[in-house]
Formats: sequence, structure tokens, C-alpha cells
Amino acid sequence: MPQSATVTKSPANVRAVDKPNDAGSEIQITWTLSVDDPSLEGYVVFRKTKTDTVYQRIGSATRGVSFFEDDATIDGEIYTYTVASSRDDELFYAESSNMVSSRPQIFHTGRINVLLAILSFAGLLAYFVSKARTGKTLYIRQIAGLAAVEEAVGRATEMGRPILYVPGLGDIDWTATIASMNILGEVAKKIAQYDTELIVPNTWSVVYAVSKEVVKESFVSEGRPEKFKEDYVRYLTEAQFGFAAAVNGIMIREKPATNFFIGKFWAESLIMAETGAQAGAFQIAGTDSVLQLPFFVTACDYTLMGEELYAASAYLSREPILLGSLKAQDYGKLIALLILVGFTILAFLGVNFLSVLSVQ
Amino acid sequence: MKRKLPLAICFIMGIVMIVQFFIPHPVSLESANVIYKWVIALMAFALVLAIGNLIRHHGFKIQKRKEGWPYSIVTLAGMFGMAMVGLVWGVAPDSLYQRIFLNVLAPLGGTMFALLAYYMASAAYRSFRARSLEATLLLVSAFIVMIGFMPFGQYVHPQFPAFAEWIMRVPNMASQRGILLGVAFGSIATALKIILGIERSWLGGKE
Repeated sequence: MPQSATVTKSPANVRAVDKPNDAGSEIQITWTLSVDDPSLEGYVVFRKTKTDTVYQRIGSATRGVSFFEDDATIDGEIYTYTVASSRDDELFYAESSNMVSSRPQIFHTGRINVLLAILSFAGLLAYFVSKARTGKTLYIRQIAGLAAVEEAVGRATEMGRPILYVPGLGDIDWTATIASMNILGEVAKKIAQYDTELIVPNTWSVVYAVSKEVVKESFVSEGRPEKFKEDYVRYLTEAQFGFAAAVNGIMIREKPATNFFIGKFWAESLIMAETGAQAGAFQIAGTDSVLQLPFFVTACDYTLMGEELYAASAYLSREPILLGSLKAQDYGKLIALLILVGFTILAFLGVNFLSVLSVQ
Repeated sequence: MKRKLPLAICFIMGIVMIVQFFIPHPVSLESANVIYKWVIALMAFALVLAIGNLIRHHGFKIQKRKEGWPYSIVTLAGMFGMAMVGLVWGVAPDSLYQRIFLNVLAPLGGTMFALLAYYMASAAYRSFRARSLEATLLLVSAFIVMIGFMPFGQYVHPQFPAFAEWIMRVPNMASQRGILLGVAFGSIATALKIILGIERSWLGGKE
């Protein structure tokens, strides 16, 4: 290794630190750019362990960059780094860095804000649920789309036609799909009471298995397990537009009187909702997919927008404990709004707290 | 017991996954990986159930000669045919399986997607009729945005494209963010309610 060193051309202040909030095996190296940075080819990073006698090249950075991440360290091993600027195949070495070793972290300090937010919200939830348990009446505003569920089920019963419930195209790990399963449970209970036929087409196998259990349990809880039919819940396909074509086919052939589109939707939303509208079905949609909301608003009789989707289960069941959780949601939003407005005003005054909200 | 066991599993797994989010240690990451592998295994079991349902539903339709039963033959033939082609000749990039996928399934999906243009026109015709104040506002703003984003827009008025951009960037974005904020809290509340066993609709809803 050439040992030439020119103070004016080499980088300076090489510092090495264990990468924070990681699973170990990574060290971050920083340096001050060479004064000749614009004319350099770049920088070369070297490393040696306590037992090594010479530095080993481990990577490089382009000119203008003063950061390198060594992601191949052994936890507990002590390393020293140096950086050399490179020009015309010649290297100009900086002083060696401090000694450093990598180790995995137990707690991610960059996520303290998330932890505090979850704990605060869980506290709100616990407070309002316990308040609801005492029997205190909680006011919940009327949600037109949910108030119409009873009417929708009744309409299908009177017409002697089935109800179509599409739980979206999201897999079970989407919260919208889980919310949809909760609503399906409540809708299925009403269907069990009214003795109406139900069709639940699914695009994912796990959602199919869950929705089948949800519908079955609802029929059992209403004391009508014998009315549940295996054919109520169907698996179609994982192909997005294959699923849309199959649902359109069901709407045209089996002519459901009421269509529910509740869950996560993508580009197929309008294809299905518009077909249902043209077939003359009464339609209730609900999604948190902001881009699909206009399509549902246009083609459906009622649309649950965003958070209304998550409030539906509580609204339909009218269980005081679940209604209490809605209050917690509202107060959570109010607090978030106050924080955003407060931080914005402070930002106008030159005090920037926005970094407090960033999540690593 | 039938209710308590799923609730207990849900609570334990939910708490484990929340705690895991805050612990970057390799042991924590590895346990999360193990859980994800379990999820994949469960998905495989669920797929067997789902395919069983598909075969039973369409088999019954064919057997009873219900309305549209020939379509059920096409569905089952397509499913078993593709499975056989994949099992016998493999699924390599230049295999028969991939050729059928690219030359049959992809164009069919594209055709369905293309129908969206027609549905958009018919939906727009219905919703853009100025029957109420809201519908009139929708009509006016949609008109401004559509004209503004067309090259023709700047000939109507030089500031027209900028105004259309402002509608998208300010009122539209503000309302989208308002909805997203509600969605975020709704998601957290739903997750916590299920983990803590407050929400039991997925279990039939009773205590």
C-alpha cells in the first residue's frame, strides 16, 4: 500500500460509529471532504482489525460523498478505518479513525415516538371502553351507508334474490380486509335473521378460509347453523381482472339485489361497481383506498369513506364497548390534528419540531 | 375454549409482532421470519381448501346443469390444464406454461382493464349531471381539471393549467390527507381492538 500523504489533498476527521438501531454487523464511517474534492476521482475506504498489520480495502465512494457503511463486520470485533482520496491512480490517506465495534441493539430508539403514540392511543381506548362498560351512553353520528344495511338486506329478502358481498382484493394482512371481515360478520347475522341467500366471492385463499368461518360463526351465533351453505363463500382467482370478470358474471347471471363492496380495492373497483349499477342492484361500498373512493361514490348508493369502514362493525353491532373504541378514535384524531396545527404554527415561528414525527 | 383459544393466539401473536417492531436485535428479526414462514405454510393449507371449494362449486353446477354450466367446464379445464402444463413441462421463462400465460391470460386481463375506459365514461355521464350543489361542484372542478391538463387548456386562458394544478395540489390533496389520517387511526384502533379481544365480530361477536 502506498504511504504517501498530502495534508491538503487527503480527507480528514475520519470517524467510525456502530450503526444505531440495527441488527449488528454494520459500522458507519464519515469523513470531511478533501479540499481538492471537485478534482478527485473519489474516496477509497480501508479497514483493519486489532490483529491486522495492514489496512484492507473494503469499498469506495464517489467525490462529494463523505459517508460509507461497512455492512460486513463481525459483532464484538474491534476495527479501525481510514479513508484515502484518489486522483490519477494515487491515494492520499487520512489519519486513522477511532476504534469501533458493531453490536446489535435491543431497542430501536428511532421509534420511541411510535411507541408513545401507540401507548397514548391504547390509553384512550382503555379509558373510553371502561367508560362504555359503566353504561354511559356515547353519541355516535349517523352513518348513512351503515344505516342502509338493514334496508339493503330487507330489499334482497323481499325480492327473493341473493346478496353479494365482495371483501376486496386485499389479502388478510390488509387492515381494510380485516375490517371487511368484521362487517361481513354483522351483515351475515342480519342475513341469517332474514333468511336470505349470500354470495361471498374471494380472491385470496386465506381470506376465503376466514370469511367462510366468519359467515358460519354468524349463522351459529344467530341460532341458525342449519341455514349456512358451503356455497355461500366462494373462492374465485388471484388474478385481479379475472376476479373482476368473475364477479361481473355473478352479478349478471345470479342478479343479486344488493351488492356490498367492502375492503381494499384497486383498478377493478369501477368495473364491478358500474356493472352492479347497470344491473340495477342496491350498492353499498366501503374502502380506505383513496383513489377508488370517487368511483364508488359515483357508482354506488352509499359509500363508507376511509375511517367509516373501521367504524362499521361497532356501528352495526351497537355493542357499547366497541362504540367506546370509536370515541377513542375521534379523540386520537383530535390530538393528532392539534399536534399538526401546533407544529405548523411553530414552524412559521422558526421552531421546527417536525423531526419528532419522523419514523425510522 | 373454542373462543378463548383463538383469542389467546391472536393476543399473543399480536403483542409479539408489535414488540418485534421495536427490537432490531437478530433474535427478534429471526422470530419474525419464523412467523412469516408459518404464515406461508398456513396459506398453502388455505389454498388447498380454496381449490377444493372451486372444484366443488363448479362440479356441482356441471352435475346439476345449472345456468351457465358450460362456463364451469371452461373454468375447471383451465385450472387443471394449466396445472398439468406447469407440472409436466415446467414454468421456465420460455416454457409452454409461460407462453399460455403471456399470450392468453395477460391479454384477457388487459381486455378487462381496457373496459375501464368505457365504465369511466358511463359513470362520469351519470355523476356529472348537476342535480345538487355537490354534483355541480364535482362537475365544475372535473371540467377545470380535465381542460387544464389538456394542451388545449392554455389556449382557453394562460392560467388555466396552473388553476387545474392548484385544485389537484391543494383542495384535493388536503381532503385526501384528511381521509388518510382517519384511515390511519381506524387501522390502529381495529388492530388494537382485535389484539385485545374487544372486537369479536370475526368470531361471531358473542362473549
